[in-house]
Amino acid sequence: MTAAVFFGCAFIAFGPVLALYAFTIATKPLRIIFLIAGAFFWLVSLLISSLVWFMARVITDNKDGPTQKYVLIFGAFVSVYIQEMFRFAYYRLLKKASEGLKTINPGETAPSMRLLAYVSGLGFGIMSGVFSFVNTLSDSLGPGTVGIHGDSPQFFLYSAFMTLVIILLHVFWGIVFFDGCEKKKWCLLLIVLLTHLLVSAQTFISSYYGINLVSAFIILVLMGTWAFFIAGGSCRSLKLCLLCQDKDFLLYNQRSR
Amino acid sequence: MLTFMASDSEEEVCDERTSLMSAESPTPRSCQEGRQGPEDGENTAQWRSQENEEDGEEDPDRYVCSGVPGRPPGLEEELTLKYGAKHVIMLFVPVTLCMIVVVATIKSVRFYTEKNGQLVIVVMTIFLVVLYKYRCYKFIHGWLIMSSLMLLFLFTYIYLGIFQVMPIHFSVTCSKHPHLVLENVANGKCSRPTTVAMDYPTLLLTVWNFGAVGMVCIHWKGPLVLQQAYLIMISALMALVFIKYLPEWSAWVILGAISVYDLVAVLCPKGPLRMLVETAQERNEPIFPALIYSSAMVWTVGMAKLDPSSQGALQLPYDPEMEEDSYDSFGEPSYPEVFEPPLTGYPGEELEEEEERGVKLGLGDFIFYSVLVGKAAATGSGDWNTTLACFVAILIGLCLTLLLLAVFKKALPALPISITFGLIFYFSTDNLVRPFMDTLASHQLYI
Repeated sequence: MTAAVFFGCAFIAFGPVLALYAFTIATKPLRIIFLIAGAFFWLVSLLISSLVWFMARVITDNKDGPTQKYVLIFGAFVSVYIQEMFRFAYYRLLKKASEGLKTINPGETAPSMRLLAYVSGLGFGIMSGVFSFVNTLSDSLGPGTVGIHGDSPQFFLYSAFMTLVIILLHVFWGIVFFDGCEKKKWCLLLIVLLTHLLVSAQTFISSYYGINLVSAFIILVLMGTWAFFIAGGSCRSLKLCLLCQDKDFLLYNQRSR
Repeated sequence: MLTFMASDSEEEVCDERTSLMSAESPTPRSCQEGRQGPEDGENTAQWRSQENEEDGEEDPDRYVCSGVPGRPPGLEEELTLKYGAKHVIMLFVPVTLCMIVVVATIKSVRFYTEKNGQLVIVVMTIFLVVLYKYRCYKFIHGWLIMSSLMLLFLFTYIYLGIFQVMPIHFSVTCSKHPHLVLENVANGKCSRPTTVAMDYPTLLLTVWNFGAVGMVCIHWKGPLVLQQAYLIMISALMALVFIKYLPEWSAWVILGAISVYDLVAVLCPKGPLRMLVETAQERNEPIFPALIYSSAMVWTVGMAKLDPSSQGALQLPYDPEMEEDSYDSFGEPSYPEVFEPPLTGYPGEELEEEEERGVKLGLGDFIFYSVLVGKAAATGSGDWNTTLACFVAILIGLCLTLLLLAVFKKALPALPISITFGLIFYFSTDNLVRPFMDTLASHQLYI
């Protein structure tokens, strides 16, 4: 474990997110505030789920053994559920804030709900990723040998990739979730909750890193595509964007081609 | 304490004392401040400063609902919100930087001596108010200059000492090229041995330059970024001193007590700081220099006097609030930086003024935020989650305080909400979340 592992894993896990932050959020103060508020909401949800887990542990009298594993799994599921609940709560808050901003500031365009969906998803994702991974990262700086007792030596890489997947998934879940709330399609909310539970469950059902990662990535790609189409993208717009020929891009950059 | 920068409508008398601040304070704060804050944002030509003066004596409660006469009622809030977000971020950045410096130092050097620090915050504040009431300005100025001197030189030297910068005898090192080596040996809890050897002349030169430039920047004039950087540095140094000298539980109790005191001192009618501000306003003079971080100020020397014919475009955003957390015997001084927009005489400068208007945050607030996060980093059993949770909690508290500031438009204590959130999150994360996350991590579960 060296600085190479530290930096490598840090950039694997947080590189894309940092890029997203730098390009889309860092320049706009209002978005930063919404991002931090989203992170705060995730933190509160984690707090409440830890409390539930703690109480469950106290109720089962802290015995070691399989009971504790079930309590942990129960805690994890409750946590996922509470996270989605707080995502909904944040949606309601943002809705109220948007309306407030619109009435007060009729001239200026308040951020659209889609943008807020993305920002809130990113906030949730950042906080979730940081909380899962930062302790592991700081341990990777210190001395040690990974897997000396027979565990996989790919622990850090696997954690980094899983963290990346979780962060991006939160972004996509945010977009899908908010869209479901906006259009009152409650099945979307249910699907988000179920996929979240699925991703979380398969991390403890299977202890093979490869399978975990591959299935998580498949879910990531599916959710990403879905979120892309929900956010208004299409194959045509993607093609234009990639060829730098779309009008919005040109207008935005005030160039003519 | 958080305030909007109010604008000053009077002409400015420029002398050596007032060259750093406006000569008079605007009309009573509770009516004036928020009004002037949003006002100068746009169409400044329309809103003459005389309007403010006329409304100076209005009932503050009425003011909140009515706004300035002649203007649509919703406009104030609109202007407030328009630059609310940007200035929130302008405060987030220095607070974050200060915390990062403190946490980085704490994590890399584990050097603690259990010493009982005598906190004289309340006593000092009352002492300060008494001095001010009896117009002992020279004494106050001298005291503030002494304390900033001590901070910039002595504490920097101690900070370097924490890193065990070993001054070596000159003759030994002058023959070799002195390379910088830092040694952490303190108390056997060294994380990584890095050694810095430095000869006395180099040390003297470094500390002297650092301190002298700091004194100039803080007490006189200097580039804005350098001023802000020095304010952040001295806040971080003070926070580290606090963290080092406060015993474990005292720190938490003191943080809680300070927030309550902050609340009382700023909001209660008989609070010492409120009395201070009101005395200053009665005397129609600026409050003596205090420790305030301004988010957006450029002091331009000799920039225009106010042209009476174009008063709309020229407003001095001066905030007569004193930093209320005079936390200790070394109350650091910082002159509030005053912005003078260039003399134009036409309302085209509204954009510039809008950008220059900002929010001021007392340095004591910086220090206590950093103390909380530093303590979380130091005592959270090596856990980064606790530190991060406190960090986010403090930022959200600051955000909420700024929101309340925008709503109530008067000076508000910046500590209570942030510190309350910070304390709640510290204790709950340390005791509840950490075991949960550790257990999840050990079973490699992801939630």
